[in-house]
Amino acid sequence: METRKSTFERPVINRVNAGLPDKFGMHSKLRSMPEIDSIPVESLIGLYGSPLFVLSEKTIRETMSDAKRAFTTRYPKVQFAWSYKTNYLDAVCRVFHQEGSWAEVVSGFEYEKAVANGVEGQFILFNGPGKTTEDIDRAITQGSMIHLDHFDELFLVMGCAERLGKRAKVALRINMDTGIYPRWDRFGFNYENGEAWQAVNKILPDSRLELVGLHTHIGTYILSTNAYAVATTKLAELTVRIQRKFNHTIKYIDLGGGFASRNTLKGAYLPGTDTCPSFDNYAEAITASLVNSEIQHDKMPMLILETGRALIDDAGCLLGTVLANKRLVDGRLSMILDIGVNMLFTSFWYEHAVVPSKETSDYTENTTIYGPLCMNIDVIRDAVQFPVLERGDHVVVNRVGAYNMTQWLQFITYRPNVVMIGMKGDVDVIRKAENYSSLSMHEHIPDHLIHFRL
Amino acid sequence: MQSTYIYFIPGAMKLQKNIAISESGFVFNPGSGESFILNRTGKNILELLRDNKMFEEIIELMMGEYEVDRIVLEKSILDFISVLKSYGLLEKEPASAN
Ligand SMILES: Cc1ncc(COP(=O)(O)O)c(C=O)c1O
Repeated sequence: METRKSTFERPVINRVNAGLPDKFGMHSKLRSMPEIDSIPVESLIGLYGSPLFVLSEKTIRETMSDAKRAFTTRYPKVQFAWSYKTNYLDAVCRVFHQEGSWAEVVSGFEYEKAVANGVEGQFILFNGPGKTTEDIDRAITQGSMIHLDHFDELFLVMGCAERLGKRAKVALRINMDTGIYPRWDRFGFNYENGEAWQAVNKILPDSRLELVGLHTHIGTYILSTNAYAVATTKLAELTVRIQRKFNHTIKYIDLGGGFASRNTLKGAYLPGTDTCPSFDNYAEAITASLVNSEIQHDKMPMLILETGRALIDDAGCLLGTVLANKRLVDGRLSMILDIGVNMLFTSFWYEHAVVPSKETSDYTENTTIYGPLCMNIDVIRDAVQFPVLERGDHVVVNRVGAYNMTQWLQFITYRPNVVMIGMKGDVDVIRKAENYSSLSMHEHIPDHLIHFRL
Repeated sequence: MQSTYIYFIPGAMKLQKNIAISESGFVFNPGSGESFILNRTGKNILELLRDNKMFEEIIELMMGEYEVDRIVLEKSILDFISVLKSYGLLEKEPASAN
């Protein structure tokens, strides 16, 4: 009688470290991720290729409604404005606009995108230090809110408004000390040194400008909710001073973006899922500061939020394929994926949660995950306990919805397909993969360089 | 059955002397004072190496015991051996042994 053979498992030997366990006390098993919104990863890759960005409309809407609930249950006038630079794929922007978000843009290109998406000028907030004269003319003509960054821009807007014979709606971008580091003082007018007050005194007597709002964006991935309380209090104080001196009511206070997402920052001691404040935490800090301020009850401003990464990070995954495993000279394992830093720009800041798409063995090895680019910087994860996958196996990189589909680089490879899984489980390609002709379209070869012989 | 890939077959694959392998898969190297832990297949291979089995023999013996594709087995044993080397568990090959 023949005995049945055992199932084979890759041989593993791990050094027992005499010292401490790892920083979480143990190696927890990586949970695999076989499907996204009930659609198998294997079939998504089968249909749309690898690598593949996948966005979940359901997750976007759920995250958005969580954020809205947190703020609107605490403050009567709340308005979100979608930060285009975080993810300006039209389908994504339109989900946010359907959810009631205005548009927050920082360039002529983003402004054009918002208009093409059907957002009326009066619902566009125009930020950024680099607005051109044409940008400003268009924003004034269409009645958008121009968030002033510096005095040169202030004078430029005055000139444009005069030439167009139309009053410009402006807000002041203000930078300040909120007790956190780094302090972003390169954008806007400083609060503490009186620069912001000086700008107020320049704008308010000027008939060409209407000061509608006060804005700040204190930084990004801010874990301190107290920093928001400080920022809100300072903007509220300025609002009160403006009312007192000019009898002018500020229509809105805009706290910008900056809420952390649940990604883990490089070098962080604890995972982002443990440290990230909830929307309720941020909302409590901001709205309490507004409600407790000295702003008159009947003059409470609208609260605008330009939240970016915290609203979209969780909704995006990047699927990829293992190309090879390789043993490094020091014995560490390296795994090469078809996902490079060219499309996963955020791997420069985050220790992204990479997981296998299928159940794997319990044994993990200290693994370095590389991308396919022939560049030393192409590292997705420096050192992660990972099960050994085979060539052709698939992985899922979680929480990539923010900043990747805008900051990705066309470098060495084409950018891949982006699909969105709709509310009913339907899958749409919302940005087609690039190919040779989509890129060569922009190039021109001078006549004398057409021919050569080797 | 012949392997379709041609691998460099490691010449010296002798386990260092005095390496202790426990029933439960613990390994102790008295030379360095380091301990290691093995899974079942790892323990299998280490024991075969201790018994001075050659690469081809190990492959045949393992093929008899496990349900596994030969190429997958060869690749994983070669990889395993390079890890053993980097952990200093194998005897050093004599320099330029030609
Ligand atoms: C003016 C402004 N608002 C909003 C955002 C969105 O920020 P976050 O993604 O940190 O929420 C940014 C991003 O840099 C910004 O510059």
